[in-house]
Amino acid sequence: MKEDAPLLEVRNLVKHFHVGGGLFGGRAGVVRAVDGVSFAIRRGETLGLVGESGCGKTTVGRCLLQLERPTSGQVLFEGRDLTTLDEDELRPIRRRVQVIFQDPYSSLNPRMTVGQILAEPLMVHDIVTDRERRGQRVRELLSHVGLLAQHAHRYPHQLSGGQRQRVGIARALAVEPALIICDEPVSALDVSIQAQIINLLEDLQAGFGLTYLFVAHDLSVVRHISDRVAVMYLGKIVEITDRKSLYDVPRHPYTKALLSAVPIPDPALEGQRERVVLGGEVPSPLNPPAGCAFHPRCPIAIDRCRAEGPELREIGPGHRAACILA
Amino acid sequence: MLHSAGVSTLLSVENLQTHFVTRSGVVRAVDDVSWDVEEGETVALVGESGCGKSVSALSIMRLVAGPAGRIVGGRVLFKGRDILKLSEEEMRRVRGREIGMVFQEPMTSLNPVLSIGRQLTEGLEIHLGMTPADARRRAAELLGMVGIPDPERRLAQYPHQFSGGMRQRMMIAMALACKPSLILADEPTTALDVTIQAQILELMKDLSRRFGVAMLIITHNLGVVARYADRVNVMYAGRIIERGSARELYARPRHPYTLGLLRSVPRLDEPRRARLDPIEGQPPDLTRLPPGCAFTPRCAFSVARCGVESPPLAAVDQGGHVSACWEAAHLDRVPVRSAAT
Repeated sequence: MKEDAPLLEVRNLVKHFHVGGGLFGGRAGVVRAVDGVSFAIRRGETLGLVGESGCGKTTVGRCLLQLERPTSGQVLFEGRDLTTLDEDELRPIRRRVQVIFQDPYSSLNPRMTVGQILAEPLMVHDIVTDRERRGQRVRELLSHVGLLAQHAHRYPHQLSGGQRQRVGIARALAVEPALIICDEPVSALDVSIQAQIINLLEDLQAGFGLTYLFVAHDLSVVRHISDRVAVMYLGKIVEITDRKSLYDVPRHPYTKALLSAVPIPDPALEGQRERVVLGGEVPSPLNPPAGCAFHPRCPIAIDRCRAEGPELREIGPGHRAACILA
Repeated sequence: MLHSAGVSTLLSVENLQTHFVTRSGVVRAVDDVSWDVEEGETVALVGESGCGKSVSALSIMRLVAGPAGRIVGGRVLFKGRDILKLSEEEMRRVRGREIGMVFQEPMTSLNPVLSIGRQLTEGLEIHLGMTPADARRRAAELLGMVGIPDPERRLAQYPHQFSGGMRQRMMIAMALACKPSLILADEPTTALDVTIQAQILELMKDLSRRFGVAMLIITHNLGVVARYADRVNVMYAGRIIERGSARELYARPRHPYTLGLLRSVPRLDEPRRARLDPIEGQPPDLTRLPPGCAFTPRCAFSVARCGVESPPLAAVDQGGHVSACWEAAHLDRVPVRSAAT
């Protein structure tokens, strides 16, 4: 494999969910949760994936891991297409790709101590078979995430939200992954703790050469941590580029509206700031609008937008946007 | 109470104390807290989970869940009357009619089996004695006012047929229905997407101006209220640790916790920093608070006195800016924004 080949490449990923038409005879429909998404992540890079609820960003993450089997498209990880692998073939891959979830409480087993939670993946994947060495590795993992050795004897409910998220991160690290999918890893945490966890994720990335897909809705946090950012709307990527271009010169009207909706903790500045308040709401992915899915809320839409779905096209070096007016 | 400008105090909370009895001891969720809201004013109560902001709101409405939770001291003067002394019957007239409420999760605060129309008309008929026909007309008017299109048809629908943003609009319509003088909004936009948050906050501010309704916004997010609040109270471990006009407090925070909160969040209007500046340590365990100031274990400015003696709220200027910190005077030279790199 070439050195500069991306660690992960997603090609035209589609995930449709069939709903209704069941026992109660509701009308059957297809939710186009992910509708033709393509991107690549280079080794050591952080790609931010942002969008509002229901845009499909979490489903993309689940499809990468094959927790959801995509309807079509390819997920190439270290050159292999994961969508063609069966469960047995996927097991070693899942060592290489880990997830950190939003709510550390519901993703940690309440009946296991922190030590047991961290030792489990070491046993399951036959990473450390010797019991004593396992204890040592658990202590090492705890110290990587800023916890103390005595935390190994605690249960999740005895920890604060920030400490639980540290355990979730340590568990992901246990199997020495190459890629970590961070699904809203700080949005359930208190503001004063969020910065601690972000700093920790950055330190670990530098220390272990990790690659992150950072799925989140908070645009300020995403700007801080990402090298490149993709913006999703109704199952599609509407803009993708490096961090600086996305925040300094956003080209898609949805990206512009999202950025202008982010509140800034400064009343003097907020008082002068022009805000693009988008009308309407995100349409249902069951029945997306014809043409460009954003046109009903778009402040600059023209007739052509109602008829024609825009391609995600190159509008500058490494900068793609799905808008005919961009 | 009359202020210099002739604006009178609508709600005045004095030395409020609300305690919870838990297996691990008594939790002083609200620990001797005083603050007020003037007529037509928007006041924010800001703090992280467990700081006592929501319990403060529940205490004002006398909705603290007993027997574990109990208001053990203080007064809540609403238009001069202590509502902690009202009978349950009288209290029901205050709730909904004089003080409207908007909560974080509209789906759980709406009745799923009653139509939107019925939920709006109920209050109008009970509190204002309207006839069903009049109440229905007013309900449609209210839905229109909060920007719900086609209100006549919408009245016949049920909460599950509304999106999250629409439900929150509907909650605001319900809160406004009986023309209250105060709206109490507990995390009104936290469950909503960022583009919808902006819509809802703009709507609330617009309506509060139009009808002269005062608002109490409770939130964990200092960013959300920057644009909308006149005054901000910051809570930590059951106490107010800083209060001031929004402009003053964000520009010149005089409590290390407020300063820490403002410094820890990345901001879109500033160059990206190489590293974030978190508040170290963990949020306090209310059953085992340290002696002295509860923020001491996490504070970068603490001195010996802080671990012994709890600092009172004291004025830091003549404009009503107060801080509960022994070192408040030394914080004026600390920049809110760390140098960008």
